[in-house]
Amino acid sequence: MKLKDFIVSEAITAELKATERDGAVRELVTALATAGSVPASAVDEIVAAVIKREQNGSTGFGKGVAVPHVKHAKVKTMVGTIGRSPGGIDFAALDHQPVYTVFLLLSPENQPQQHLQAMNIVFSNLQKDMFRRFLRQAATRDTIADLLDEADQGK
Amino acid sequence: MTASKDIVVTNARGLHARPAMQFVDLANSFTSQVTVSKGGPEPIEVDGKSVMQMITLEATQGTQLNLKADGDDAEAAVSKLAELFESKFGEE
Repeated sequence: MKLKDFIVSEAITAELKATERDGAVRELVTALATAGSVPASAVDEIVAAVIKREQNGSTGFGKGVAVPHVKHAKVKTMVGTIGRSPGGIDFAALDHQPVYTVFLLLSPENQPQQHLQAMNIVFSNLQKDMFRRFLRQAATRDTIADLLDEADQGK
Repeated sequence: MTASKDIVVTNARGLHARPAMQFVDLANSFTSQVTVSKGGPEPIEVDGKSVMQMITLEATQGTQLNLKADGDDAEAAVSKLAELFESKFGEE
């Protein structure tokens, strides 16, 4: 599996307007709905589900990244996207540091293997210092998309 | 002192973020170093005290893992961590 198999590049948000977690999640889910990846009518409930999941345990695992995710009946195929916050967002991260890169992942129900594969590819990349640094600096959607392509090619 | 044990992931959803965090929280309560490894075609060994690394095990249901601890409380660490898998992390 590659990032491009589930990251919707049209929904990549190079500059999140939101400065707090819930707003950032809403912006990214809305971007996925605008791109046609999730039903627009389901945005509210998907946002609520992602936030509820965050409240059970932050996905801000440290190093300035967060990977909010949820499985939801209204999601028919696994999709994800990326939001970048130049100013940083309080995601209640484990290391108490602000989050600059948000990887949102939405999975259908009953696809646990696919979900774990996607999480693996996301975290394998996020563990690379260079990938995180470039992602944080990438100021446009195209730059971020190029970065993902390079990561997929193992550069 | 070192201790190790082979375990199998039995919960249906595998080692997703929440169980991985539960594991890391417990691992961090021990002073021993904890490593978790997976064999197979793409063997991998990760730090059992890092959620990000644990996720990269991609441990789906049925995956066999080896838990290893190295330190004063190695045996207790391995036995308690193995129990977590046996309890299916409170899932099905």
